[in-house]
Amino acid sequence: MRAFLLRRMLTMIPVLVLVSLIAFGVTSLLPGDAALAILGESLAKDEKLYQSLRRELGLDLPVYAQYLRWGGRVLTGDLGVSIRSKQPVLEAILQRLPPTIQLTMMSLVLALVVALPIGLISAVRPNSWADIVGTVLALSGVAVPHFWLGILLMFLLAVWLGLLPPSGYARLLDDPLASLRLMIMPCMTLATGLAAVVTRQVRSALLEALQDDYIRTARSKGLEERAIVVRHALRNALIPVVTIIGMQTGRLFGGAVVVETIFSIPGIGRLAVDSIFYRDFPVLQGVVLLMAVAVLLINLATDILYGYIDPRIRYT
Amino acid sequence: MMRGSHSQEEGAVRATGFCARLPVGPRLFLRTRLAGFGLFVFVALVFLALSADLISPYKPATQDYTAVLARPSVAHPMGTDEMGRDVLSRVIHGSRVSLVVGLLSVALACGAGIVVGLASGYCGGWLDEAFMRLVDAVYSFPALLLALAIAAALGPSILNAVIAIAVVYTPSFARLVRGQVLSVRERDYVSAVRALGGGAPRIMLRHIWPNVSSPIIVQASLSVSFAIITEAALSFLGVGVRPPTAAWGSMLRNGYPYMEQAVWLAFFPGLAIFLAVLALNFLGDGLRAALDPRFRQRG
Repeated sequence: MRAFLLRRMLTMIPVLVLVSLIAFGVTSLLPGDAALAILGESLAKDEKLYQSLRRELGLDLPVYAQYLRWGGRVLTGDLGVSIRSKQPVLEAILQRLPPTIQLTMMSLVLALVVALPIGLISAVRPNSWADIVGTVLALSGVAVPHFWLGILLMFLLAVWLGLLPPSGYARLLDDPLASLRLMIMPCMTLATGLAAVVTRQVRSALLEALQDDYIRTARSKGLEERAIVVRHALRNALIPVVTIIGMQTGRLFGGAVVVETIFSIPGIGRLAVDSIFYRDFPVLQGVVLLMAVAVLLINLATDILYGYIDPRIRYT
Repeated sequence: MMRGSHSQEEGAVRATGFCARLPVGPRLFLRTRLAGFGLFVFVALVFLALSADLISPYKPATQDYTAVLARPSVAHPMGTDEMGRDVLSRVIHGSRVSLVVGLLSVALACGAGIVVGLASGYCGGWLDEAFMRLVDAVYSFPALLLALAIAAALGPSILNAVIAIAVVYTPSFARLVRGQVLSVRERDYVSAVRALGGGAPRIMLRHIWPNVSSPIIVQASLSVSFAIITEAALSFLGVGVRPPTAAWGSMLRNGYPYMEQAVWLAFFPGLAIFLAVLALNFLGDGLRAALDPRFRQRG
């Protein structure tokens, strides 16, 4: 296990270097440069001031030298300073992290709470009306765009029925009730796609597991059907579901960008969208980089978790 | 990724008449009712996009200030927007953007992915290692965030949206093709061609490619639907297609602030995206049923 972990982490190093190259490369392609964004149109007309700021920021250096300078700083935890708020980027990101974590975690839990029972019923009673309803919901859930679903929910639950506040954010620790009420619609929006994918996965994995030999053995021993499904088949069927959830993390983060924008949640996704419109290069670089690193680490965690839940897998 | 609805295939009607005379692949495709629905909607979408100028009741940019935010009616079946433009005509014209971006970006991603995957899988060694680490790196970015950053960097236009989406979807094709090539390249018939003096390009194009193309076709059809959603999301976030071009995502963006007075502004473009994506997913699943050997055995 230790050897596997070491090897897995070593292969992550070139990937991390490439991730940093892409994050730097893409954001340095943004039209206009950081000096222009800091000074604004009128001050930037002062050529002397503009050039001295460019030198100070290292923008007069060749691109590879700019990357090495930036990369060196990133390794020490310095992601630069936001052009817009003058706040250190890492601090700005950490400040915006709690709403995004709350949104993605609650959506993940909601998706599992909905998907596991539906997938289970669909597999235990294939082709029943419950299975058909579950299938239709799952197929629709994959196809429905987040931004449309969010707007429809907002219209239905907030504007029309007046059951929930339309948008905004309250810290969970400050006002738990308001925070949960404000999170209902964003979580429903973000959870739908994931719930659909997990439902299909649970259904097909469980259907397959229920046909295995050990299930026949368990049945012939006279074991109760409920115990067969829950204790034997479901446990094995959930193994691929863990991988699917790990693989969907990127999608959850991507979805958070849209959902946070619609529901005015001050999270990292919203920070990324704002940084594009304010030409805040350091913030965009920081968000893009940290989200990719987070996905890589979650994938690593999924691989490790896999070994624990499936004893047949031995890391060598 | 969505999985095929096996129960529909299993419970579908038996092939009779015309269907029975078809080869196994197309017969399996047609036996899947949902795939039939998908094909119908996709063909309708292509028809709408091609004949948008002929069939839309108004020009997409024509403004009627006497009918601003008008409710759906006989004159305007999907209502009008804040500038008095007919929503139905704009939805019809919006299909062009979605289809062009969806098809072109997937064609680009597919082409690039095939080249990378074939080279990586066949050559192996350091080339494979380098390509696959690059693929891993692109994969680790949330797709929408990377597409958003690329589209913002290149500036809002249809072509740039195509490029941004193609970059994001290339790795999935590269991985798929590489995996298929790895499983095919050690087969006896490939060794035989090699022994007869066949060069690498000939082996890849004439012998390996035909054997790996089916899963790629399925993946491509499913990817078009994801590309359509991504384009709409980019336009919704303001980095996709420039106004006044009618695109479903930007129509949603413009309509959303008017939700309380005119919900139809956001409803109909969103419905169009939903139906297009649903249809393409069904089509992809139908193709999987028709091309996947495991399904053929059942047929």
